[in-house]
Amino acid sequence: MTLNRRQFIGTSAAMAAVLSAPMVKAQGKPRVVVVGGGAGGATAARYIAKDSKGAIDVTLIEPTRKYYTCFFSNLYLGGFKEIEDIGHTYGGLAAGGVNVVHDWAVGVDRDAKTVALAGGGSLPYDKLILSPGIDFVDGAVEGWDLSAQNAMPHAYKAGSQSELLKAQLMSMPEGGTFAMVAPPNPYRCPPGPYERISMVAHFLKQNNPTAKIIVADPKPKFSKMALFQEGWANHYEGMVDWIGEEFGGGNVSVDPNAMTVTIDGEVVNVDVCNVIPAMKAGRIADMAAVTDGNWAPVNAADMSTKADADIYVLGDASSQGDMPKSGFSANSQAKVCANAVRGALTGSKVFPAKFSNTCWSLIAPNDGVKVGATYEATLEKIAKVDGFISKTGESADVRKATYEESEGWYTGITTDMLG
Amino acid sequence: MSFRRVIFFVVAGLFFSTAGAAEEFGDPVAGKTVYNKCKSCHQVGQGARHRIGPHLNGIFGRKAASHEDFQYSKALQRAGRGGLEWHIDTLNAFMENPRALASGTRMSFKGLKKAEDRSNLLAYLRTFSDDPANIPEADPTATPTDHDIDPAILALEGDPEYGEYLSSECTTCHQADGGDDGIPSIVLWPEEDFVLAMHAYKNKKRAHPVMQMMAGRLNAEEIAALASYFAALEQ
Ligand SMILES: Cc1cc2nc3c(=O)[nH]c(=O)nc-3n(C[C@H](O)[C@H](O)[C@H](O)COP(=O)(O)OP(=O)(O)OC[C@H]3O[C@@H](n4cnc5c(N)ncnc54)[C@H](O)[C@@H]3O)c2cc1C
Ligand code: HEC
Ligand code: HEC
Repeated sequence: MTLNRRQFIGTSAAMAAVLSAPMVKAQGKPRVVVVGGGAGGATAARYIAKDSKGAIDVTLIEPTRKYYTCFFSNLYLGGFKEIEDIGHTYGGLAAGGVNVVHDWAVGVDRDAKTVALAGGGSLPYDKLILSPGIDFVDGAVEGWDLSAQNAMPHAYKAGSQSELLKAQLMSMPEGGTFAMVAPPNPYRCPPGPYERISMVAHFLKQNNPTAKIIVADPKPKFSKMALFQEGWANHYEGMVDWIGEEFGGGNVSVDPNAMTVTIDGEVVNVDVCNVIPAMKAGRIADMAAVTDGNWAPVNAADMSTKADADIYVLGDASSQGDMPKSGFSANSQAKVCANAVRGALTGSKVFPAKFSNTCWSLIAPNDGVKVGATYEATLEKIAKVDGFISKTGESADVRKATYEESEGWYTGITTDMLG
Repeated sequence: MSFRRVIFFVVAGLFFSTAGAAEEFGDPVAGKTVYNKCKSCHQVGQGARHRIGPHLNGIFGRKAASHEDFQYSKALQRAGRGGLEWHIDTLNAFMENPRALASGTRMSFKGLKKAEDRSNLLAYLRTFSDDPANIPEADPTATPTDHDIDPAILALEGDPEYGEYLSSECTTCHQADGGDDGIPSIVLWPEEDFVLAMHAYKNKKRAHPVMQMMAGRLNAEEIAALASYFAALEQ
């Protein structure tokens, strides 16, 4: 006599109950699945596991075994960090009670409340948190698509792309040309491209002082513009040619085979070309159908999506209001979300949302600048409350202290994310 | 026409407050007696040299911790880099409670609680600062404000659960395990020091823009909650 399926399930569940009572209890726990182990996702997973003290089952889905932070990846290009300084493993999260599954999420069934994995199988959730970062908008830069990312790297997801760009920078011929195609708003890390230009200029000044840098930019102005321009004039005189919207910086195409960039009709031969295309939410947000256009609109009070109260989107992928897309912002949003999710699942106290952000940028050795703000949740959006920005003409002492702070922050945020 | 009147009133107001403020500067003769409390550590006057503390000649208008040949605490150096300058208002706050401006200061002096003592002492010290004509306008005219933090604020008991939630905003920068590379440690402090430091940022007596912003939107209960949470944080 063979067991039919029902009996089998019944028997094995009963056996499990006998063999290991806690496991059955674990199955009764509310389940949170987090997709993406970056600044937003890792923080959310860690805080929910830590603060719920085992009352919530937390699973993090992340394909890579090592997370390379985009933050400080420009400092790696400039020679201030080694690649290993910006790589972090997930051991701390696992030790903190998070189930870390190294796989891609490839689909979300909102009715069944499950997430499908590339490796097969699916995970059920009560609450789903997506923090997949960014992907690039197809066709954003004429002549470039992902298949060209080896010839013309974006280096806007850190790791092998950062190493590739660095290798190309190091092997630039004497007096060669480094080009950047800068992205349109909104994009990850508003000062990021310009910090990168500073770091590239620093590297070239040391190693290839007659080299030139061209930036084709579709924007008329950019984050901390006055500070960067002052810094470029002070440290890298005559080296950086920034072509803004007014001068056709947005009218750009590239040819990865010929290694040319055409800016407003003028063809330029380049030795390295860093193409940073327009961005949108990481694809899984689209697959979960929580996006509207390029990004996923969320409610400011808890980061839940407008489309589905049980799905939350954090960090770069979300459209939330006034916060810039930064690691600091993603980390800040994750804590508000963690508090709300925990409250919804276990009845713990939910405190009012408070957000903040500070972005440091390094212009030259010991010449750091910063911009920051605090935010609150309103009915329509995350709204700015108060802010500050470094000033032009600050003393060298202040700039050095600012750089040192950014080092402290880096240790702080990576520990806060990953334990 | 009405525009002119506005200007007129503003100017008149300025004169008035200048006259009022000048009276707040105390009596230098009485200040000399108060200075006895500082003498064991500081010299002032002709030929003054650094002792336990730096000499106090020319202190008005000087950036905090700016004598190259004196070993200051990290805390005071940081305050100086962050923009702390010695004027009547900052000196007044420092005399009242040195730790409120720089928690880790090496100046172990519990402070002068009486406002009158402070204004007399500052009048005395000012006689060793440059020719008064060279003292920035702000120094003789700024009004010493009362930096006393309401004892009720210091007595507030924080809600640790709320403190834990609020603290998550701080640990993006301040490491929860007390590491202090680049950003100071804020764990395991006496609660009162913590509260004083936070209110000093909130009242803009401490200069740092990030912390002024962070503290600026916290109310007294929230600061108390954070103080009790960080004071007890396990390592
Ligand atoms: C050059 C540069 C410099 C920067 N400098 C700073 C800075 O100084 N300060 C600052 O605050 N921010 C900085 N940023 C921005 C910061 O890196 C991002 O804003 C931040 O990482 C966003 O966090 P996130 O959680 O949204 O995405 P990410 O940190 O990118 O994390 C997304 C994760 O999701 C994973 N993932 C994606 N899709 C799936 C899927 N389908 N299944 C499973 N996993 C998936 C990815 O592998 C990735 O690990 C910088 C960015 C760049 C590019
Ligand atoms: C027990 C010794 C001691 C006493 C008493 C003391 N100080 Fe100090 N003082 C110091 C030390 C040490 C420093 C340096 C502090 C640091 O580096 O944090 C200092 C610093 C200062 C500074 C800042 C100087 C600078 O260059 O930035 C001032 C102003 C000052 N003291 C004034 C006074 C006055 C006024 C009194 C008396 C009311 C006083 N101190 C009493 C030891 C003392
Ligand atoms: C963006 C980074 C950042 C965040 C977030 C932040 N701080 Fe700070 N904090 C700093 C820096 C930088 C300093 C040093 C400031 C100075 O030089 O005065 C500092 C100083 C302090 C000090 C004084 C330390 C000393 O040694 O005198 C206290 C107390 C403090 N912070 C508490 C907090 C609390 C509480 C929070 C959360 C509500 C917080 N901070 C959030 C960066 C930060």
